[in-house]
Amino acid sequence: MTTGKILIAAALLASAAWPQREPIAPFELPQTAPRVSPIDDLVFDKLAASGKKPNYLVSDEVYARRVAFDLTGTLPTAAEMRAFLADRSTNKRARLVDRLLASDPYASYFTMKWCDLLRVKSEFPINLWPNAVQAYQRFIYASIKTNLPFDRFSRALLTTSGGNFLDPAANFYRAVQKKEPYNIAQAVALTFMGARFEAWPAAKQAGLAAFFSKVAYKSTLEWKEEIVFFDPDLPAFTNERGQPIDAVFPDGARAALDPAVDPRKTFADWLLRPENPYFGKAIANRVWYWMMGRGIVHEPDDFRDGNPPQNAALLAWLEGALASNGYDLKALMRLIAASGTYQQSSIPLAVSWSNDLNFSRYLPRRLEAEVLIDAICQLTGTSESYSSPIPEPFTFIPPSSRSVDLADGSINSAFTEMFGRPARDTGTEAERNNTPNAEQKIHLLNSSHILDKFKQARNFRRAIAQAKDPEKSVDEVYLWVLSRAPTEAERQAALAYSKVNRAEPWIDLAWSLVNANEFQFKH
Amino acid sequence: MKPRNILRDADALSRREILRLMAIGALTVSALPARAEKTPSGKGTARSVIQIWLSGGPTHLDTFDPKPEAGTEYMGPLRAIPTNVDGVQIGELLPLLAKQADKYSLLRGMTHGNNGHETAAYMVQTGWTPGGTLVHPCLSAVLTQRLIAAGSYKGLIPPYLVLTQPQGRFSEAGFLGQRCKPFATGGDPSQARFTVEGVVSKDLTPERQEARKTLLGQVDALAQAGATMPELAPAAASEREAWELILGPAGKVFDLGQEAKELRDKYGMNPFGQSCLAARRLVESGVPYITINFGGWDHHKQIFPALRQKLPQLDRGVASLLEDLASRGLLESTVVWVGGEFGRTPKVQPEAPWNGGRHHFGQAFSHLVAGGGFRGGSVIGATDKTGDTVKDRPIYPWDLIGSIYERLGLSPEATVPHPSGYAVRVLPPMEAKTPTGGRLKELV
Repeated sequence: MTTGKILIAAALLASAAWPQREPIAPFELPQTAPRVSPIDDLVFDKLAASGKKPNYLVSDEVYARRVAFDLTGTLPTAAEMRAFLADRSTNKRARLVDRLLASDPYASYFTMKWCDLLRVKSEFPINLWPNAVQAYQRFIYASIKTNLPFDRFSRALLTTSGGNFLDPAANFYRAVQKKEPYNIAQAVALTFMGARFEAWPAAKQAGLAAFFSKVAYKSTLEWKEEIVFFDPDLPAFTNERGQPIDAVFPDGARAALDPAVDPRKTFADWLLRPENPYFGKAIANRVWYWMMGRGIVHEPDDFRDGNPPQNAALLAWLEGALASNGYDLKALMRLIAASGTYQQSSIPLAVSWSNDLNFSRYLPRRLEAEVLIDAICQLTGTSESYSSPIPEPFTFIPPSSRSVDLADGSINSAFTEMFGRPARDTGTEAERNNTPNAEQKIHLLNSSHILDKFKQARNFRRAIAQAKDPEKSVDEVYLWVLSRAPTEAERQAALAYSKVNRAEPWIDLAWSLVNANEFQFKH
Repeated sequence: MKPRNILRDADALSRREILRLMAIGALTVSALPARAEKTPSGKGTARSVIQIWLSGGPTHLDTFDPKPEAGTEYMGPLRAIPTNVDGVQIGELLPLLAKQADKYSLLRGMTHGNNGHETAAYMVQTGWTPGGTLVHPCLSAVLTQRLIAAGSYKGLIPPYLVLTQPQGRFSEAGFLGQRCKPFATGGDPSQARFTVEGVVSKDLTPERQEARKTLLGQVDALAQAGATMPELAPAAASEREAWELILGPAGKVFDLGQEAKELRDKYGMNPFGQSCLAARRLVESGVPYITINFGGWDHHKQIFPALRQKLPQLDRGVASLLEDLASRGLLESTVVWVGGEFGRTPKVQPEAPWNGGRHHFGQAFSHLVAGGGFRGGSVIGATDKTGDTVKDRPIYPWDLIGSIYERLGLSPEATVPHPSGYAVRVLPPMEAKTPTGGRLKELV
């Protein structure tokens, strides 16, 4: 029997043996996720081919929380949830997505993601230095805030010449571990093609590196100012035997370079032409990975022949949709968020489907380090303190600033490090580690850092105190922490607890809910 | 190609060279860590290290290398006292350690010549001189990395633990990153409750903890509904581990109340003394690396009154620790390493504003090592008659750290993986120009 036949047989067995699971309140609605988008045709048809069917549709509460974390990295407030849940209009999910995409936290959150990928940090091994970090991060923020089309954003990064303070996109060429053609080419392949340069054959590496062999750097009288520019007079790019290396596009076509034209521009023209097979797929796949928790090509930055897409037609459709809307990433996110596929429950429909890779559910992920601590700070009305003693004068981040807004990867806290904030050394998605471990659990359950936040929590305490009766208090705690009302069983459990533990029952409840998976995971 | 040379110099290789070498097949990521180690791993007998880090730079003349013949210009008001080892004298403020001299050896030939706190602390704890492109990890972090990679440490207490505050000077883990950083306990072990960060809460009673734990079990609706979600499995497993430490038996290692009052008093009822006691309990429960950060030795001014405060604490704590470890049969498997980043100027500066102070001195200083296979009762290296220069048998940081690695069964030529995929040696290669006195073969 071929592998394919075995898989089909296994799928048939699974579907035959598996009894219908009831929807689970308060997470799921008693209806299957709808087929509302071409995305769903491509995903659900593939599921059907392996004997599976789409999952349950998530409840409004789960959806609101999911899009809030996926699009803004921010816990919805109790007031926002009240308004959303009270809204009776049929298109309220789409309107919520529009509101989130237009918000400042959307720009902050995706600035954080791009700063990870572009290695925005002051110190070793990237060494952008603080002023350039600020300028670069603000450029990224402004680009995302104004929804600069992704092809134009990419062109700016790839072709800008100028000073690291005044022309901040030029920092792309400084944010590498070594400012030389191979390292730059590696960053370019990773960032814009989702490809691992280091796994390429040597000739292909050299061919791409050649496009960056005329990038030159010079310092100015201003401290740590550096100018990135095209220097046609740099010595010819050669191999170790002194033979010249030609610029060759990653698809194998040789580039005809005009010595007077910056070869970075030639490369950008090739990369950003509509029929380029690398660029659109890489970014469409990345956005899908961000929202669904798994790339269609996975890892999302490991495009290569041996790692084919899980659903090639789906990736092609997303790529086409992105190209036809002018590389508007918000529009792509809107499409995905509106799909039935995205609105599926994260709980597998059958135990045997829990490892299904065909998007039969939304994959739960622990909140990113910065998002998690921001959510806890938001609940408790507290803040984190960040500073950097290098270089003088020291950098102090104002307490009003959120952790998601940290511009500099070199400015960290024990918390963000412990919870897997990336070091911003490589620009790979895998540098961020969202896997829970015991050290993190100990910290969340019992560290003075977290417990002290619950001791403050002034607004939270006031909101609970204003509730008319204990039942309302329970409801309020649930809305604040889990963005939903408790089930009747949960309400009774909390009330029973409050009768025995009279000291601070609602703080204890809030602490318990913060430590629950439901709080710590996007789901 | 000679892969060995590439490996040796991996630190110095540029990214481009690495890529080029990988491209031509000379270097593969997977081949790198598999390097054979020369020293057979069975040779080391040490299982744990207790590092007592005296940051700030304690004076060598007033501790382990007194110079009574040099006079008050050098010795100030302090004298030397005999120890229980013939011919070995130490400072008069260390009378209890004087009775334990057979258990430890004094390294009087320590030298590196650097007088900056950060740089010297980096050199003494990593065995590297700064200046390359890498920030190297401390010995402790290297050991942690090896244990994690081998999966050989299973304890719930983190393998690299700091009593009680981490050192601020530099990142102990260097390029190895977060996973190899120490767990710092915080709290104060000399208080009625040693509130170990995350393990023993300063506010919550065990009863309230139990109640909250039960409540959490009831309200984690997603965990219950989503038992089939593989993504939640690590969270569930780590939560079980966490509770074992917070409310279960594993966390009791920090409960110093389980020790007899006489023993606690003997160690000294101060944060340092009780940290030494906590370190012994941690070693007993199998924790491989404990650093006790005992700072405040940067005595530029009025050093002698300060030493009369601090040295008795050091004396009590370390002497009791050595005695206690020995009586429990733990000293053979535990390296005890005491020292700071440098010594202090031998000649006392009497005038204002120093009023009897000593300054940074990297040219000559002393460390103490005991246990883990290091023989006691010896003195290695000697300074001249004023303690100004090492006149005999210098010991450089890489000599000492290499020796500790060997005690732990780890070759000084071993490598650890850099996050970028290549291997980096745990110690710099010994080249012709590298100053060295050799490893501490005298003590083995």
